[in-house]
Amino acid sequence: MSGRVESRNGGRRVLLAHGGGGELMHRLIRDHLVPPLDNELLAPLSDGAVLPDPKGRLVITTDSYVVTPLEFPGGDIGRLAVVGTVNDLAVMGAAPVALSLGLILEEGLPLTVLDRVMASIGATAEEAGVPVVTGDTKVIERRRVEEGGNRLAADGLFINTAGLGRLRPGVRLGTDRVKPGDAILVNGPLAEHGLAVLSVRDGLEFESALRSDAAPLNSLIDRVLDTGADVKFLRDATRGGLANVLVDISESREVSIEVDERQVPVAPATRHAADLLGLDPLTVANEGKVVCVVCSESVSVALAAFRDHPLGRQAVCIGCVTGAQPPLVELRTRAGGRRIVQRPYGEELPRIC
Amino acid sequence: MCLAVPGRILERGGEDAVVDLLGNRLKISTVLTPEAKEGDWVLIHAGFAITQIDESDALETWEYLREVYGSSPAGAVAPDSEDAMTGEGP
Amino acid sequence: MNSGIPALRAELDERCERIGRRVTFMEVCGTHTMSVFRSGIRAMLPKNLRLVSGPGCPVCVTPRGYIDAACDIAGRDGVMAATFGDMMRVPGRSGSLETLRSAGARIRVVSSARAALQLAREHPGCDVVFLAVGFETTAPGTAASVLEADRDGVDNFSVLMSQKLIVPAMLALLETADPQAPELDGFLCPGHVSVIIGADAYKPIVQRHAKPCVVAGFEPEQILRGLAHLAGQVAAGAAALENVYSGVVSLQGNRVAQKLVDQVFVVVDAAWRQLGVIPLSGQLLAPPYRRFDATRRFAVAISEDDDDPECRCGYVIQGKVEPRECPRFGAECTPDSPVGPCMVSSEGTCAAWYKYGRNLPDPSARGTQEVGL
Repeated sequence: MSGRVESRNGGRRVLLAHGGGGELMHRLIRDHLVPPLDNELLAPLSDGAVLPDPKGRLVITTDSYVVTPLEFPGGDIGRLAVVGTVNDLAVMGAAPVALSLGLILEEGLPLTVLDRVMASIGATAEEAGVPVVTGDTKVIERRRVEEGGNRLAADGLFINTAGLGRLRPGVRLGTDRVKPGDAILVNGPLAEHGLAVLSVRDGLEFESALRSDAAPLNSLIDRVLDTGADVKFLRDATRGGLANVLVDISESREVSIEVDERQVPVAPATRHAADLLGLDPLTVANEGKVVCVVCSESVSVALAAFRDHPLGRQAVCIGCVTGAQPPLVELRTRAGGRRIVQRPYGEELPRIC
Repeated sequence: MCLAVPGRILERGGEDAVVDLLGNRLKISTVLTPEAKEGDWVLIHAGFAITQIDESDALETWEYLREVYGSSPAGAVAPDSEDAMTGEGP
Repeated sequence: MNSGIPALRAELDERCERIGRRVTFMEVCGTHTMSVFRSGIRAMLPKNLRLVSGPGCPVCVTPRGYIDAACDIAGRDGVMAATFGDMMRVPGRSGSLETLRSAGARIRVVSSARAALQLAREHPGCDVVFLAVGFETTAPGTAASVLEADRDGVDNFSVLMSQKLIVPAMLALLETADPQAPELDGFLCPGHVSVIIGADAYKPIVQRHAKPCVVAGFEPEQILRGLAHLAGQVAAGAAALENVYSGVVSLQGNRVAQKLVDQVFVVVDAAWRQLGVIPLSGQLLAPPYRRFDATRRFAVAISEDDDDPECRCGYVIQGKVEPRECPRFGAECTPDSPVGPCMVSSEGTCAAWYKYGRNLPDPSARGTQEVGL
């Protein structure tokens, strides 16, 4: 788990001086940060990295990562930091070329935690086939420790990654291409990341069968785009879940979307856990799920390509775009009713009543 | 006002029990259901078992239980978590 | 699955047609409210059936003074407040627990009274205050936790009580002779409250007021079954107590839980938000356990008479107006910045309407009716 489980004096920790630009910082970079990322472009450790000629149009994206706790079933903040940025590039139709890594560490963070997160970043970057080519590290002062308590506040680790990608030639993606008649696909069961993280939050802890679905989707998306299927729009369904993505599409194009709840893949264990916490699986975060809008003629080709990839085995068509007005996302419920799907209002809190 | 979910008792010790919710495990209190034993189904609200339920009633009531355990209550076998994790059927 | 649903719908349609007039049923449970919305049941109801949401969400019926008292205590040095997630965003006069936490107060979201007690054990240097809101389902757990604190001498634990009883509120609704109020034709009674108090607890409603009562569960099929039974009674001119959640709810309820509650709590008159004070509708700690009463420990009073005059949550709760009839609904009052508690709780009537119904100006355009506005 996180640094909390270690005794207050046990183990080596991040010191404020690690961020001071001196010998200590040099050692932190040399011994803890660079080895898991090792690659030729990073090796010079200059102020920036020089990339080969990209030959084509570039996509740049950036994202910051904050999660409590830092490690959770199926992943950790390091995996999220790579996956999130790689997926943002992938859904733009870009092949990731390089990532930058900005670390903000809290004084007192156990170095063992940092090492695990760095190893995870290295492994996930390798999985995604993209190097981390440059980085930066800062150390902030330790935050308040609960008075009279045994809880350490020193679990702060924040990450920013930026990603550079090369746009695939011939791919045009955007909500402006979405039209009534298009089909909506997702690549697998929803809501597992958000519930896995909640399962290890203070005060809510339960031992979950759920694992975060955090995974780099670039090779999956490549496979679909390689088929030549007429893919019109892609978006990873992260915070706000499927609901957020569908409402975005509906609002930006002023089209309606009709979703069949019976087709929406949610594992029974996920539904049970969501019920326990009073949450709607449609609004719970994913980190390895993509919503794909395709022309209706391309559905079978796209689905076959998804299902041919380990991250898309359970891909399904969950609904379609319609011209109904006003523009709404409507769910045909499992029970046979209908209801409107809206975005959640920020983080949904687990409830009991 | 009161969310409650069904679960099956895996272990009991004193006034505590660990219940299985399709592979999710939750520690609860059985102080309100002193007669509940390992293997029994209980209804859980806010960390407490509030009543025992017959297995057949549990399966009849909750669709997601039927999806995993099947609709025949007799001899329903606890799923391994792999099964519970599989997306729903057609 | 849900194989029973088409048959139940046909049954409900047939019975409502036989009734031949507008019929209004009330559910008095926030979880029913939410389940009705999430499963899209309103789109499945006969045109002459109206289903209203009564005072069944603890967040919705808890007076603003309670939040103010909770914030007062939670903001003090050395205090850690433990609350169910729903209460975090409920507005008091000077903000919510959520805004207070952002200002540095120690407030933890827990999913059980026991988790609050556990926090007290883990933080012996803190006074841990559990915000004990809820109805009969939640009360036994609070009582058990107080007993456990008493037995184990966990002296840094206390509770700020706002436990409510639903049957007195249902009776009060029927006894307030407001001409504006819709004629209620029956109650869909809350399944999980009934697990504790037993289906027989609704007998006074049937006997004194001749209103049909059907105890139902929360899955869509069970809600439809409950409504079909209510309609069946109305069509037959009957007023009886039925339990269609009988695999889970007994007539007598959970005696162990009732005994525990009787031991730890006393029944008192209680203020409900904009319903006023309802006799014998709340619970406070019984004398032997008053040392765990947060109002005593922190010398705080819960004021009962400071409702927002513009907010019509009180009427919404009573089924007297629909959310869209409140001048603040969707304007000043949204889930982002809730004015009234019905907007705060995710299963509050207004939040449910806002979330699932607001955007449909002309429901008939989609061939459905009563899906929202």
